[in-house]
Amino acid sequence: MSITQKDVEYVANLARLELTGEEKERLARQLGDILDYINMLNRLDTTNVEPMAHAAIEHNVFREDGEPRSITPDETLANAPDRQGDFFKVPKVID
Amino acid sequence: MELAQKTACELKRMIQTGQVSCREVMTSVLDTIEKREPVVQAYLRALDRAELLARADATDKKNARGEDIGILGGLPIAIKDNICTKGISTTCASKILGNFIPPYDATVAQRIAEAGGIVIGKTNMDEFAMGSSTENSGMKLTRNPHDPERVPGGSSGGSAAAVAAHEAVMALGSDTGGSVRQPAALCGIVGVKPTYGRVSRFGLIAFGSSLDQIGPLTKDVSDAALLMQVISGHDPKDSTSINADVPDFMECAGNDRNLTVGLPREFFGEGLDPEVGKSVKDAVGLLEKAGCKVVEVSLPNAGYSIAVYYICACAEASSNLARYDGCHYGYRAEGVDNIVEMYCRSRSEGFGPEVKRRIMLGTYALSSGYYDAYYMKAAKVRKLISLDYEAAFAKCDVVIHPTTPTPAFKIGDKTENPLAMYLCDIYTVTANLAGIPAISLPCGRTSSGLPIGLHIAAAHMGEKTMFEAAGKVERLLAEAGKWKL
Repeated sequence: MSITQKDVEYVANLARLELTGEEKERLARQLGDILDYINMLNRLDTTNVEPMAHAAIEHNVFREDGEPRSITPDETLANAPDRQGDFFKVPKVID
Repeated sequence: MELAQKTACELKRMIQTGQVSCREVMTSVLDTIEKREPVVQAYLRALDRAELLARADATDKKNARGEDIGILGGLPIAIKDNICTKGISTTCASKILGNFIPPYDATVAQRIAEAGGIVIGKTNMDEFAMGSSTENSGMKLTRNPHDPERVPGGSSGGSAAAVAAHEAVMALGSDTGGSVRQPAALCGIVGVKPTYGRVSRFGLIAFGSSLDQIGPLTKDVSDAALLMQVISGHDPKDSTSINADVPDFMECAGNDRNLTVGLPREFFGEGLDPEVGKSVKDAVGLLEKAGCKVVEVSLPNAGYSIAVYYICACAEASSNLARYDGCHYGYRAEGVDNIVEMYCRSRSEGFGPEVKRRIMLGTYALSSGYYDAYYMKAAKVRKLISLDYEAAFAKCDVVIHPTTPTPAFKIGDKTENPLAMYLCDIYTVTANLAGIPAISLPCGRTSSGLPIGLHIAAAHMGEKTMFEAAGKVERLLAEAGKWKL
């Protein structure tokens, strides 16, 4: 299956990745090879098969409403690349 | 024999009867780390010697006073670096988490501490657990203790190498497509992938959430049962955790029951190294001679498992790894002017090539116009693979086959060909897709001395049967003189 550099650029944008020219070229080739392999799935007829998204036992999980102990703002922000008071600080969002 | 070379169960008995102190055990393991680590490089971080000895001393004092030291009392345990440890840096061997220090413990780490175990360090891995050789680590290269020119397997290669080199008594890894069992096989130790939901994933940094399970890497089956006993059981903090009683795994491993063994014909065919195949079949022969019934079974859709796995796991990974955006924790690129540039540059500079490749594949498979063709198709074939196992377990108690098609390969052999690396997991991914428990244990060596792994899978929640079979295989192999670490 042929994956063009344009396809790679489109997907990279969705995934918020910035790729170099060399990376784009390599990924186009490698993803093409992997998808060629994956296309073997088309040999199987799966018309009436239920999709299986996970192997967990399917039921909803509830807990009592309450205020379980959580970590403090300082503990939370200890790993933040940048902070201002009790907030995560990021560069400008809207011009 | 050095203390570090003994199994956890042996050391546990010796500590409890006062034959050795926890300090002596800890010293022996730390000395082994000093001696072997320059070559093996299993650890990303070993904790401070003085601090670890102080903790061992505290356990010795408790023991001397006749207090309960817990079922892992004083045992030195290594933890894979994608499992959160409070106050101890946890990086997933990725630059993007290079400076991350978790504010909490994973449930498994908390349970180890409550059982008296002492965490001695964090082990190397393929970045975000994506790989089968630990060569995708963004930090260092781990070598196979049996042959330093070869890989330890992956992605829990650091944990496997640490246990095999006696640099830890036991270790934890995580298994999304074989990442505990495959390195265990390549390093000649025991590795378990529990039933999906048996062990809490709280605090395990997510890769493929519908497939990930934490499991033990140990020197023998009893040790695996011991560590499984500690980490298993319901956790309200993980909504996929199963609320069911945990059987006495240690007792199961000692049971002598004649089981029906199924050999899937698809896993003994093309691509299997003849020495590996023979070693596994010889072990099955021992079971048959000891009274087990051996039948052939079929997993007709197993040949599609790698294709299904790479769609499901990468789709989940692309979504799980969206959280690394440079905002809340982890790496942030410098000198960015706006938020989108911050996302893009932080991710591009922080992730390594294999992680990018899988994010790209997963994003592609989930993107508009391709979702049905790839993700939905894969989810349906996953169902077929799961049904194959149900049909097989109607005919047998356990399914046995080699863990890997080949023994440990040379460093660099597969790094240029992602697909060849993916195929290392061809015999292990099916258990993750179906959510069933499986164990790998060593069953012999190749003529050049490399360990060979035998894989036992049981039905959903069938750890009891899995440990019975593994214990029996291990005893028969020991009697026949087929394996010694």
